[in-house]
Amino acid sequence: MRIEEEQKEGWDEEKEAERMHCEKLEKESMQLGKALAVIWSEIHCLHDDIDSIMDLIRNQRNLEGYVGFANLPNQVYRKSVKRGFEFTLMVVGESGLGKSTLINSLFLTDLYSKDYPGPSQRIKKTVQVEQSKVLIKEGGVQLTLTIVDTPGFGDAVDNSNCWQPVINYIDSKCEDFLNAESRVNRRQMPDNRVHCCLYFIAPSGHGLKPLDIEFMKRLHDKVNVIPLIAKADTLTPEECQLFKKQIMKEIQEHKIKIYEFPDTEEDEDSKLIRKIKERMPLAVVGSNVVVEVNGRKVRGRQYPWGVAEVENGEHCDFTVLRNMLIRTHMQDLKDVTNNVHYENYRSKKLAAVTCNGVDASKSKGQLTKSPLAQMEEERREHVMKMKKMETEMEQVFEMKVKEKKQKLKDSEAELERRHEQMKRNLEAQYKELEEKRRQFEEEKANWEMQQRILEQQKLDASKTMEKNKKKGKIF
Amino acid sequence: MADTAKTTHPQPAGRPEKGAEFGYVGIDAILEQMRRKAMKQGFELNIMVVGQSGLGKSTLINTLFKSKVSRRSVMPSDEERIPKTIEIKSVSHDIEEKGVRMKLTVIDTPGFGDQINNENCWQPIMKFINEQYEQYLQEEINISRKKRIPDSRVHCCIYFIPPTGHCLRPIDIEFMRHLSKVVNIVPVIAKADTLTLEERDFFKQKIREDLRVNEIEVYPQKEFDEDSEDRMINDKIREMIPFAVVGSDQEYQVNGKRLLGRKTRWGTVEVENTAHCEFAYLRDLLIRTHMQNLKDITSSIHYEVYRVRRLNENNTHPSDQPNGHSNGVPTHEVLSHEM
Repeated sequence: MRIEEEQKEGWDEEKEAERMHCEKLEKESMQLGKALAVIWSEIHCLHDDIDSIMDLIRNQRNLEGYVGFANLPNQVYRKSVKRGFEFTLMVVGESGLGKSTLINSLFLTDLYSKDYPGPSQRIKKTVQVEQSKVLIKEGGVQLTLTIVDTPGFGDAVDNSNCWQPVINYIDSKCEDFLNAESRVNRRQMPDNRVHCCLYFIAPSGHGLKPLDIEFMKRLHDKVNVIPLIAKADTLTPEECQLFKKQIMKEIQEHKIKIYEFPDTEEDEDSKLIRKIKERMPLAVVGSNVVVEVNGRKVRGRQYPWGVAEVENGEHCDFTVLRNMLIRTHMQDLKDVTNNVHYENYRSKKLAAVTCNGVDASKSKGQLTKSPLAQMEEERREHVMKMKKMETEMEQVFEMKVKEKKQKLKDSEAELERRHEQMKRNLEAQYKELEEKRRQFEEEKANWEMQQRILEQQKLDASKTMEKNKKKGKIF
Repeated sequence: MADTAKTTHPQPAGRPEKGAEFGYVGIDAILEQMRRKAMKQGFELNIMVVGQSGLGKSTLINTLFKSKVSRRSVMPSDEERIPKTIEIKSVSHDIEEKGVRMKLTVIDTPGFGDQINNENCWQPIMKFINEQYEQYLQEEINISRKKRIPDSRVHCCIYFIPPTGHCLRPIDIEFMRHLSKVVNIVPVIAKADTLTLEERDFFKQKIREDLRVNEIEVYPQKEFDEDSEDRMINDKIREMIPFAVVGSDQEYQVNGKRLLGRKTRWGTVEVENTAHCEFAYLRDLLIRTHMQNLKDITSSIHYEVYRVRRLNENNTHPSDQPNGHSNGVPTHEVLSHEM
């Protein structure tokens, strides 16, 4: 027992010693930590000093110290994020080329789902333009995406002018923006212009159809046109290459200006852009259905002979399209729309207004007129036109009133005439009747007289007979 | 020779079999004689392919007959341009298999449905078909006829439907409505490797419904089924039309066998595999089982309709055309016939 107790005591003592040792170590480490922190902060200060000195050395004529406008991009970024972005995408192509599926795959939403089938599920008799807006949020950034669909394009037997509704739509959106821009109070300017037009080419394997060429020729200076080969899983890699070459050749032949990727100075980006340029037009496959391939889940189309993966760069160019459209070039598309296509439209529209009814010599001067004066003139013109219209209408009105009066008078006269005639008729009849009555009276009087005479005669006769009778007995 | 074999056979046998042999006449030997005659004469088949450019028509014909018989293969310089108006190009080949010779004519219609305005694009084709009937009619009513009239009538028209996956387009409906009355139409879904199996079933259903709504009778027509056996077979076929086909004239190695197919990065589409596409059914229908039926319906029904119409036209205007071409009988007798 004693030995154990002694041992225990020994252990306790050891424990105590150890504990104190630990405490000491802790204190030392804390001190070391503090010392380290001090050293680190000193190092940071030194870094800053070195930076400022370097700046000073580099740009002697610039500022002393750090002003802070290097923070500007951050501010712009934060403001845009707060405001949110707008993007309008138009999809054009014959029905059945997979436009709705591609939109669903691009934005990973079911814009067109089974409950709300897209306009392409029914064949339309005329080309219509339909737009759907959707709000997408990702990582704090908000995007108002407008998809413009053109069901019925190229489906009819006679497709001449099927591009006209599309052109009208694009122009109307540019016009809205122009009006909003020229307004006095322009606090909210929603940008509904079409920023990009995806044109779907059917995978025939030969070349462009006349309809494709016509459409692209008419729209390449109004909107950014990006041609795509639809349903590309129908082509083998060799056929796809041939087809792309053929399409690019035809596009150059007909001088169609499709959307060109801007060249940047940095090496990395330009390599990427060159790769994209080689693969134009992009051959895409769309799918929002997830299938399993070798244990991993991918989006693709399941065939009895294999699975065509949508996001596999070897299978199709969908990832290229998505990166280009959303991740790298969305802003550039909007800029080109704003700076090139919209300005084209604007100058054409305003030039048309100024050259309205004015000969060429004056028009040059008027082109440089300020828009305010322009608007004044327009207003005056408009007012004059209104006045003229008013006077015209008044004249017409008066004429009509006169006519009506005349007609009424005529009919009144007519009525009067008839009335007179009827009265005369009646009087004539009356007179006739009177005549007859007189005649009748005469006759009656005659007859009565005759009757009296007869009676008188009779009386006389009877009297004479009596006389004779009295006298009588003569013979 | 079958009949001589039969008659010499019973000689070595005993007496009782001689009695049984008296019942056999040998009428069924006529089948053998017909076969020999047919093999000597050879067959003719005229197929027309109609569809927009780029749907794989030429490739399908090459695949059907396992040799390069289409227009593209014959013409050395094919510019891939789209012609401004519809042209009708026909190419003839003599092919032979196991001693049976066939004169195959493939009639192609480049330019169909390719323009912006496709109104009346079926008219050149109708005209062509009627011209072939007219040619045959003229030969038939000739005074001194040839022993065998060359048959250039179109026996079958394969119409290619683009694989949109939704429904028939107005141009398809118009074309088939006009032409199902003059020729046998076999609709097929072109480039079917673009549709998954569910999409394919849905599309076929929609097409069948559209055909029914528009009262379009495609081959095999219901009204021409002769008996219940025919009806059964044809019903099975009718459930499957339109066939979803894929064409290819290139061979690839699959599982140790060389097969016709299309090789993509995710798999190889085998043309003759019925799990992949329905090309095999189409080939069986056109060549192995119903070829004679196609020709019969063309000659006995479509051609007869045309003939009746034509001859009635002739009879109603006897004064307009002094018919030197009619069957040798002077016109006044024809009139008295009518009376």
